[in-house]
Amino acid sequence: MDHSATTPVDQLVVDAMIPYFTEIFGNSSSLHSFGGEAAEALSMARKQVAEAIGALPEEIIFTSGGTESDNLAIRGVIPYNTSKKHIITSVIEHPAVLNTCSFLESMGHEVTYVPVDTEGIVDIRKLEESVRKDTVLISIMHANNEVGTIQPIKEIAQIAKKHDIYFHTDAVQTVGKIPVNVDELDVDMLSISSHKIHGPKGVGALYIRKGTAIEPIIFGGNHENGMRSGTENIPGIVGLAKAMSLAQQRLNADSKHMQEMRDSLISRIFDIIPDVRLNGHPVQRLPNNINLSFKYVEGESMLMLLDMKGIAVSTGSACSSKSLKASHVLSSLNLEDDYIHGSLRISLGRENTMEDIDYVVESLKETVLKLREMSPLSSQ
Amino acid sequence: MIEEFSNPHNVGVIENADGVGEIGSTVDGDIINISIKVTNNILEDVKFKTFGCVVAISTSSAVTRLAKGKTVEEALSLSNDDILTALDGLPEGKDRCSGFALDALKLAIEDYQKKNK
Ligand SMILES: Cc1ncc(COP(=O)(O)O)c(C=O)c1O
Repeated sequence: MDHSATTPVDQLVVDAMIPYFTEIFGNSSSLHSFGGEAAEALSMARKQVAEAIGALPEEIIFTSGGTESDNLAIRGVIPYNTSKKHIITSVIEHPAVLNTCSFLESMGHEVTYVPVDTEGIVDIRKLEESVRKDTVLISIMHANNEVGTIQPIKEIAQIAKKHDIYFHTDAVQTVGKIPVNVDELDVDMLSISSHKIHGPKGVGALYIRKGTAIEPIIFGGNHENGMRSGTENIPGIVGLAKAMSLAQQRLNADSKHMQEMRDSLISRIFDIIPDVRLNGHPVQRLPNNINLSFKYVEGESMLMLLDMKGIAVSTGSACSSKSLKASHVLSSLNLEDDYIHGSLRISLGRENTMEDIDYVVESLKETVLKLREMSPLSSQ
Repeated sequence: MIEEFSNPHNVGVIENADGVGEIGSTVDGDIINISIKVTNNILEDVKFKTFGCVVAISTSSAVTRLAKGKTVEEALSLSNDDILTALDGLPEGKDRCSGFALDALKLAIEDYQKKNK
């Protein structure tokens, strides 16, 4: 129930990877035939990943994951544009984007963090107003990892295009959940992570549209066309490619299945537990994301009780020496104080079933009632 | 600690309590309410209601357990270490919030003493 954090590797993905640990272990840069086989696998994988998102193979750079892809996209377009030093992003981005931006601020760049509305949608008007002559990049995530809100990427792309600004989106949470096509979305760069889509950890990709002026952030033996040096993680890359193809093939069935479970869970919780709210957008929402806030109870306590029942979830509430701190995403949604500390994220995966949902609903009810009995805020 | 959290002792509010201590606010997060019943200088009953994280709930429970049956003076001299011992320690970095429940108990006793001057 915590698939937005990570997912188990699909058996088909494992099967595809195994030979590349043992039989085909060559270095793709070697000229002998062992290296040749590895190089072939790499080029096949590149084609598969490209196909899954409607890109050209040469537009795919393999990385160590979503975090590196975000870093490469943002830091990579900076050096070419020394006179252009302004970046636009949003307040609800993943730390991989936010912390990269704040590092760039410390290096003299300027960053505008566009706010979101109460449902987590980026304020498009403010975004356009913040465009400057020296804006080099807009980076807005495709969907948020905590509250699941899907952003109007196409609209933002139009703004970027109109002002001749590069546009990057972090699609780590959307691949395999909703359609992701680089031409449909009209983006210049797009980040992908393997471990969120039933692939192995520590591998990802960045799509870079042909013609984008970008420099590497890792230098060395000029692997990945010079964009990302370091001997390629062939088993990982093969796994990512297999996971991408599977995600693509199963997209319709998987997202329908997850959405049915999502909607059933939400409506049943609202039926049986009073004083609860759904965080994020009611419709523009990842099919696998449920983010609820329960009045009178605290997230970490709910998480622990659910964990004891064998249910893994996450919360936007963290306890730090005598005070509770809500996540940067929840804080930016302007929730009432009553709701801000009692949030839970349940993120579904394709292997979950309706029986799992029954169990979660029952367990959640017990958990919330038990904690409300203890709470001085609740009248129960 | 986990045991104390999942099966907390003395949850509730004492009706017509002799002293009540409450600490925290929804803005900061954790809220701990402790009420006491005192007879012949002994804390005959101690109950808590807590909104907060695992540590807040388990330390509240431990405080009520330790204070119950003690004299007012004994209860006032309970220390952070007593709580930590009762809970078999707290996760790293979280032991700083353990004093919170104790503060609520001391407020409840002060409240009792003020009323009975
Ligand atoms: C939206 C988003 N971006 C980036 C990342 C980081 O990806 P990775 O773990 O592959 O570095 C994550 C996952 O934690 C994410 O949810």
